Amino acid sequence: MAPTMGLEEFAQFWETSEYASPYNRELGLQPHSVRPDWCVLKVEYAHKLVGDPNTRVLHGGVITALLDAAFGFSIFVKMSQLRLMATLDLRIDYLKPATPDKAVLGGAVCYKVTADLAFVRGCAYHESADDPIATAVGIFMFTDGPTLISNEELVR
Amino acid sequence: MKFADISSSCRASNDWGPLVQSVPYARFLNLRIDIKGEEFTCILPFDQKLIGNPVLPALHGGATGGFMECAGMFYLLWQMDTPTLPKTIDFNIDFLRTGLARDTYANVVMVKQGRRVANLRIEAWQSSPDKPIALGHCNFMLGA
Repeated sequence: MAPTMGLEEFAQFWETSEYASPYNRELGLQPHSVRPDWCVLKVEYAHKLVGDPNTRVLHGGVITALLDAAFGFSIFVKMSQLRLMATLDLRIDYLKPATPDKAVLGGAVCYKVTADLAFVRGCAYHESADDPIATAVGIFMFTDGPTLISNEELVR
Repeated sequence: MKFADISSSCRASNDWGPLVQSVPYARFLNLRIDIKGEEFTCILPFDQKLIGNPVLPALHGGATGGFMECAGMFYLLWQMDTPTLPKTIDFNIDFLRTGLARDTYANVVMVKQGRRVANLRIEAWQSSPDKPIALGHCNFMLGA
């Protein structure tokens, strides 16, 4: 079985890698916890991310970015290697508004990988994934090119 | 000031900047709205912070998606006088081409305007409207 990175290693990689996403950094996305079957990122509440100034609820686009990033995270953890990939499609259902001033977690699992595609699902929530703010499914496609960082390099 | 008032005054002046400025996330994305006659275009000016993949480089799917969702919301505010912001019920995006490090445009089509729900198709493009980088489909709950 492929060795799995711990949270600390992942967090360090996430923040320091030259492959880290500027947009994720801009939103303040942080690794929260990692298990092979549930990889979680966190976004802190921030005024600049509000979609409705009357209710102070975060904009849906923040949840989209959080889940998109969590999906990428879960594929990375599933494969224990970093490959170049692109989101092919993404579907999000908004079940309830996020509560103002609370951080939002985005959890995801990659449940199938083929030669070209990775299938993922996940949800955004505050305390429990059983009480989601939004649920989502997505498909990512590996774009042509070599593996950026292999399994061996990651665990070294 | 209520959104309906802001959009009314924006409609009167055809300057939609104040509407964008009233939504923090839209301000964060630095969105612009351009309306020529009956044609609505929402613009996402390129910024380094929108990059998701620095290797290519390519726009973050979440940035493109959030932009498209904003475009749909502003389109509805432009189309109708609603007392509250429309709420996204669901959002489906197909990413068709890499979002390059340049400005992105979004056009919106009202597929169906119901009493409570509006169904929109949102096309995001860069070089040309007939080469969309992403196609979005979404349902919005109209202001209660």
